[in-house]
Amino acid sequence: MIQAHDSVIVRTLGRIVIPIAQLFGFYVLVFGQYGPGGGFVGGVILAASMILAILILGRHQPDSGLVTKVLQGDGVGLLIFAGVGGLCLIGGGQFLNYTHLQIPGLDEASRHFVGILLTQFGVAADVAVTGVSIAISLSSANETEEVPHG
Amino acid sequence: MTFELPLLIFLVMTAAGAILVKDLISSVFILGTYSFTLALVWALLGAVDVAFVEAVVGAGLATVFFLLTLFNTLEKDTQIRRSPMPWTALLALPVVALLLLYGAADLPAFGDPGSPASTHISPVYLENSVQQTGTPNVVTAILMDYRSLDTLVETIVIFTAGIACALILRKGDS
Repeated sequence: MIQAHDSVIVRTLGRIVIPIAQLFGFYVLVFGQYGPGGGFVGGVILAASMILAILILGRHQPDSGLVTKVLQGDGVGLLIFAGVGGLCLIGGGQFLNYTHLQIPGLDEASRHFVGILLTQFGVAADVAVTGVSIAISLSSANETEEVPHG
Repeated sequence: MTFELPLLIFLVMTAAGAILVKDLISSVFILGTYSFTLALVWALLGAVDVAFVEAVVGAGLATVFFLLTLFNTLEKDTQIRRSPMPWTALLALPVVALLLLYGAADLPAFGDPGSPASTHISPVYLENSVQQTGTPNVVTAILMDYRSLDTLVETIVIFTAGIACALILRKGDS
């Protein structure tokens, strides 16, 4: 387990920076269809903000439970992406051909728009959770080595 | 054009510094500087999406991962002692560099509209992506729509990386 940081300055600054970073990550994720950015970058920014939160504010849950939950989230991101492709299959088209997303009231371009948005959320969830889980794995290796030998 | 040459010189300097420096933690920070400079170069060349990824991943996340790894090491592990360069490398590296420069002379000019990369399928994407996908950013349209299967496999790669790290690094408490 990572303890909370001692310094008041670091914790206060973290409380200010972390929400802004998460908001920016989400903005990059949603805005990826109009400007630079997208699922991958947004996910990485979200992951960085969450790693910052873990490092500054500490983590109060035992390792195994948290990492298991985190890895399940990893699968959810992939499932969203592949699930959109599966919905296209169900709608009667090819895998990941968003034209066949059966959403009533939308023309072809809008269906593609929705498909791109959904898959970007999938990529972002996958990337963010992977980043956090790698960071947790790296820092939990630290704890096992702190046990004195002999 | 005025900014590109100083940036490229700084890029080479940071790359050499990251290799030559004795302390691994300094090396990690210089590597972050390298990534950020590279991001500036991408942005100047007009590849804003690539620049964004390079800045966020190279200068941000990779640095954090490197530092977290280095926190697990002792001080004597992070000090590197390098043996002198073998003479074969001294001989071979300039030859390879000259070969690469010779090959680069045949590349099409930057932004050449007649180059194979801009004539094959890029015009199709550029002309049709807004009507077909409703997405003004062509890069996102290509990544997530026209080439979405590639992106799916890339996502699987990231997923696999996360699982592999968890399996390798987490020991004990089963």
